Amino acid sequence: MEGEQKMSVMTIVQAINNALDIMLEEDKTVVVFGEDAGVEGGVFRVTEGLQKKHGVERVFDTPIAESAIVGTGLGMALSGLRPVVELQFDGFSYPGFNQIISNVSRMNNRSRGMYKAPMVIRFPYGGGINALEHHSESPEALYSHIPGLKVVVPSTPHDAKGLMIAAIESNDPVIFMEPKRIYRAIKQEVSDDKFSIPLGKAKVLNEGTDVTVVAFGTMIRECQKALVMTKEAGISVELIDLRTIYPIDKETIVNSIKKTSKLVIVAEAPTSFSVGGELMAIANEEAFLYLEAPPKRVMGFDTIVPLAKGEPLYMITPERIFYEIERTVKF
Amino acid sequence: MIFNDFDPKEDKIFRVIDNEGKVINKNLMPDLDDETVIQAYKHMLFFRAADEMAVSYQRQGRMYTYPPCIGHEAIHAAAGMIIRDQDWLAPAFREVGIMLLKGVTMKEIFLYYMGNEEGSNFKKANHVLPISISIGSQYLHATGIGYSVKHQRKDEIVFTSIGDGGTSEGDFSEALNFAGLWKVPVIYTIQNNQYAISVPVRNQTNAVNLAIKSYGFGIPGVKVDGNDFFAMYATYKEATEYARAGKGAVLIEALTYRKGAHTTSDDPTKYRTKEEELEWAKTDPMIRLKKYMDNKGIWKENEEELIEKYKLEVDKQFEEAENMAPYKLEDVFNYMYVDMPDDLKRQKTDYEQFLTWKESKK
Ligand SMILES: Cc1ncc(C[n+]2csc(CCOP(=O)(O)OP(=O)(O)O)c2C)c(N)n1
Ligand SMILES: [Mg+2]
Repeated sequence: MEGEQKMSVMTIVQAINNALDIMLEEDKTVVVFGEDAGVEGGVFRVTEGLQKKHGVERVFDTPIAESAIVGTGLGMALSGLRPVVELQFDGFSYPGFNQIISNVSRMNNRSRGMYKAPMVIRFPYGGGINALEHHSESPEALYSHIPGLKVVVPSTPHDAKGLMIAAIESNDPVIFMEPKRIYRAIKQEVSDDKFSIPLGKAKVLNEGTDVTVVAFGTMIRECQKALVMTKEAGISVELIDLRTIYPIDKETIVNSIKKTSKLVIVAEAPTSFSVGGELMAIANEEAFLYLEAPPKRVMGFDTIVPLAKGEPLYMITPERIFYEIERTVKF
Repeated sequence: MIFNDFDPKEDKIFRVIDNEGKVINKNLMPDLDDETVIQAYKHMLFFRAADEMAVSYQRQGRMYTYPPCIGHEAIHAAAGMIIRDQDWLAPAFREVGIMLLKGVTMKEIFLYYMGNEEGSNFKKANHVLPISISIGSQYLHATGIGYSVKHQRKDEIVFTSIGDGGTSEGDFSEALNFAGLWKVPVIYTIQNNQYAISVPVRNQTNAVNLAIKSYGFGIPGVKVDGNDFFAMYATYKEATEYARAGKGAVLIEALTYRKGAHTTSDDPTKYRTKEEELEWAKTDPMIRLKKYMDNKGIWKENEEELIEKYKLEVDKQFEEAENMAPYKLEDVFNYMYVDMPDDLKRQKTDYEQFLTWKESKK
């Protein structure tokens, strides 16, 4: 069976497009909409061609109103459709924030299960593209903090496709954050068939014994570059890609920490009150006696992501990851 | 009064000159001497030259994404010539012209689009907020400033602006509702350039026009030909007199066309036709004003020479921006708080240690 699968080389953009296409084809309740998502196919072209293929009633442009995109999406989700809504950038998810945290995340609980909210709210996230303000944010902690939401961040085309399909099929609302900086930077063979990757399962990308490095999304690529340096330095790194931020895969993380006794977390969001903080709490709660060095967060400053001139000072580089890994291992 | 005579409910449009520069509404033609008209045209020439230069610097990879203002010149010139030094401006992002007349420099504009926050620190411009990238926010801030200056009995009024696309945001409606209630001295402009990136106005709203939205908030509204300098000037004049007399806010829909791409990373051929562009080209604000001046025989300057002069000036400012001192680590931290928390200081020190290590590896 495996051998018969037809594969295509895809970028993350193409993989998500493919996932949406498959789901639009298979499930007639799926609708896709957002600012410029219809005719133009989105400013990053993630929904390109979908309106032509599936019709303007199922793939369409909306006026600029994020609260309305999320709120009307919820209405559709409550009444028989499965909306996949696009918010144009990370920083423009905030005008829709109230609908997300006050309604989308709560409807199932509020109605004691009578009304579910099977919707996906997707947006590109992260820095490193020399963008204007509000176009470089990493709000995964904000959304993971909200009870009722699942939060997904893929790092490869294969995962992006499988996770998107799982997100659309999920009966719980999913925040799907797409790593815009590597939207087209990584190409990978991906099956043309429908497949899904379960939400809530991390992936061990590299097995190792000296230190556990946990990352997700864009930072995976930076970690992999750092791993070239750690290898030269004779440090054996276990690299874990979270893939889903919430529900977080404690088992995979804890097992790894028990093995390596050291933890480094890499993410580009501000350090304080972050996913990094959560991972350190997990390490403390579940593997305290195994730790041989203080866990380390290699994360953004507690500042706004600077505009392009200052951005290189903010972004986490492979060198910086290596530096912190080495210090942790040598502790 | 323009605001009563051109009722948005009847989808009327206020216009003073036609595409040939002929005055078609003598009664409402603003009383401007030739010198002022010539000055207005020179402003517009400068805006367009600066805009073209900005686009070309971006293409050369010397600055990042830029939203061209080409086509919006009449709106910017009229507002910019009427706004006073003490008045406030809460700008959207397609506002370079009015910002320049308020005292912002091209150097600052360039700095911003080169990716330096210093470009929002308008050293010589009084009461100009940084541009609002998050669409709609600025309308609320303008309403708040309106309340504040009224409350403090200051002789100041407020200008703010939004795109057609921005009128769909909740902030737009909320700001105007408060404005009507509080009777704030704010001039709200909608620069309706027909598109929100790829989405045409007809796919943004079912309303016959955007000025009609003023009815819902109990403030006067008018739809104006935004490519007609005289119409824009007369409208702003009346609006500012209304606001200064303590009567409250107004909403102006200025009809124009985004002649350029949405930003330098957009390709309009994907969603609009050449024919449409050519149709709108006939209404170009600069051609019309020029024709008016030619009809009157008052334009005696050498336009090519002027443009060359402006481009040199713009280039000088661009170079100054390019030669700014390099961005330093403290620039990332220093303005996050007025009173910087200790932990943030520590993050900076930690990073400096990393930099020292990095140096030592070289
Ligand atoms: C809150 C928010 N949502 C989305 C965007 C992304 N965006 C930038 S410009 C734009 C279109 C704006 O159209 P319009 O208001 O007509 O202004 P114009 O660009 O035509 O001047 C969009 C959707 C944004 N900047 N802010
Ligand atoms: Mg517009």
